Amino acid sequence: MSASTQEINNLINQDYKQGFVTVLETETFAPGLDEEVIHRLSKVKNEPEFMLEYRLKAFRHWQTMRSPEWAFVKFDPIDYQAISYYSAPKRKEDGPKSLDEIDPQVLEAYKKLGIPLDEQERLAGVAVDAVFDSVSVATTFKGKLKDAGVIFCPISEALRDHPDLIKQYLGSVVPHTDNYFAALNAAVFTDGSFVYIPKGVRCPMELSTYFRINAANTGQFERTLIIADEGSHVSYLEGCTAPMRDENQLHAAVVELVAMKDATIKYSTVQNWYPGDKEGKGGIYNFVTKRADCRGDNSKVSWTQVETGSAITWKYPSCILTGDNAVGEFYSVALTNNYQQADTGTKMIHIGKNTRSTIISKGISAGKGQNTYRGLVKVLKSAAYARNYTQCDSLLVGDKCGAHTFPYVEVKQPSAQVEHEATTSKISEDQLFFCQQRGLSAEDAVSMIVNGFCKAVFKELPMEFAVEAQALLGLSLEGSVG
Amino acid sequence: MLTIKNLHVNVGDKPILKGINLQINPGEIHAIMGPNGSGKSTLAHILSGKSGYTVTAGSVAYNNKDLIDMAPEIRAREGVFLAFQYPVEIPGVSNIYLLKAALNAIRKHQGLSEVDAMDFLTLVKGKVRLLEMDEKFLYRAVNEGFSGGEKKRNEILQMAILEPRLCILDETDSGLDIDALKIVSEGVNSLRSPDRSFVMVTHYQRLLDYIKPDFVHVLANGQIVKSGGPELALELEEKGYSWLESDQVAA
Repeated sequence: MSASTQEINNLINQDYKQGFVTVLETETFAPGLDEEVIHRLSKVKNEPEFMLEYRLKAFRHWQTMRSPEWAFVKFDPIDYQAISYYSAPKRKEDGPKSLDEIDPQVLEAYKKLGIPLDEQERLAGVAVDAVFDSVSVATTFKGKLKDAGVIFCPISEALRDHPDLIKQYLGSVVPHTDNYFAALNAAVFTDGSFVYIPKGVRCPMELSTYFRINAANTGQFERTLIIADEGSHVSYLEGCTAPMRDENQLHAAVVELVAMKDATIKYSTVQNWYPGDKEGKGGIYNFVTKRADCRGDNSKVSWTQVETGSAITWKYPSCILTGDNAVGEFYSVALTNNYQQADTGTKMIHIGKNTRSTIISKGISAGKGQNTYRGLVKVLKSAAYARNYTQCDSLLVGDKCGAHTFPYVEVKQPSAQVEHEATTSKISEDQLFFCQQRGLSAEDAVSMIVNGFCKAVFKELPMEFAVEAQALLGLSLEGSVG
Repeated sequence: MLTIKNLHVNVGDKPILKGINLQINPGEIHAIMGPNGSGKSTLAHILSGKSGYTVTAGSVAYNNKDLIDMAPEIRAREGVFLAFQYPVEIPGVSNIYLLKAALNAIRKHQGLSEVDAMDFLTLVKGKVRLLEMDEKFLYRAVNEGFSGGEKKRNEILQMAILEPRLCILDETDSGLDIDALKIVSEGVNSLRSPDRSFVMVTHYQRLLDYIKPDFVHVLANGQIVKSGGPELALELEEKGYSWLESDQVAA
């Protein structure tokens, strides 16, 4: 017999394939957060004085703030004193100069994740920065990128080597006062990627950062800053995984993108943090602030995200369309299964004339998952002839999950044009039976239907990652029907 | 090929089929006719494995295997094909993708290798021409935005490519204009072969003008109340179903 709704509900269970733990000698701070910890953090990372001041300023501000409660997610209050704010594989001296110096266990961990750091084995045309807990352990293809004038390095290195760029841009899109988690991140961020594309340069390869949380009881606070100077072009991808642990772990990242005149940044995320077990125990709290400033005229930023992991996702990759004719895009697939909760969407702030934005959001809920789209389209008085198109679709698998949509639209400019379309649908028993009657198993059928649902977003991903995203989606829904 | 013995089927507590007996041999075309609510579609569904039905008595043997025990996808891979009365839409999944996935699932079951992309394209394009369809159909999402006739033609296209042994057509003529009916019928006729059998569920006789059945069975109140040759369909066209229903009550 084909799958009934009951059977669909019964069969939601999947194995998280990246849930292994790497046993390593690490240098880890004792849990707790105060100014002394921030001093130590800045010192261990050998940062310039201005960074310490920046961190302390952010920390003092954070202490005056309260954890936001407006998102459609439920979780117990986080004890920030129970988290360790720094954990790194033990290094020889100043850190690895080449792959030979990296702990072979760490290399092995990345290999297991399908991210070999050996340049010979790496996908041609993709440079990778690998961030393990609090530190970047390797960045590939640095030499080739340098020839093109591109800077791609761990942000901790950029703090030392490119302080002027950091001073000019860090916090210029997401100030340390922006929100609770952004303030916390500014105070304690440990590593992340830094990218600078000089004027007129088309980055010769895809840039990619792979974030891995390994240590227990630590938070990962990464900071990414990408600057595309006039007329430049870059495509960047991040991936994320973590071991299976019973307790929740906090991941509070800040990503800032700056696109100058005629520059284009394409930022893609495949987020597969550990989502917790079937009963909702454990999993990553993914509280992330991502924002782009399309500062120059004719600049363009495109966010594409595939969010399948994390116990809770709280994230709104946004575009501030400052320059005239600037373009902002947001393509999102968010999947929640079991007890996962996602409150995600975007903000498009139209300031410049003729600015355009497109939002395509696909939410999939299975099991007891709760999936919320929250989006703001704001057109200021100055944004003559601004246009926005929003399409927001939800797909339900089974009958115990939820889909919610909170669109906010504020328009101050009469010549603006704003469109919003939304649909909610269910994988019907008729669709499943139809596919089964053509010879497909119920699982293949669901995977096919879901992939079809997400097609408009997947086609925005770089080729090799689109394949990965489809496979991941299939995996995350494994067992969601019978 | 198919032997149905004393088949009783319930939906919930309600008996729908009340003792169906039917023998279908290879190469035969059987038309199942009857008034609305007689159980025609239930028969098509129970043969193809749709959920929501309970077999309370009797058996269905397909090539000497118990059909009722098989999952719907296994039946499909074993050669049972249902042409749907209301084909569903699957947004974002192209027709050609579904066809290839289905064909490969069936081939795998039969121990054959996956079909080569070029060979597949040649095969599909040939069948598309046969059904006078536009090749663009292949790249559109499954049934999305298709007209009623296009959806039915698409069902026959799937049948032509998957080459089933037992084809069940559930009200394939409903919603078709006369031109579409002709094309669909020609498609079905082209698939007739000595080792392929058809069960055509239909309310009206007009489909049988184009696809000549070997046998016609009349279903009323969950039982086959009369069987005969093609001439029975003509008689029904003339007299309607009521004389048979009242016969049954009298019996």
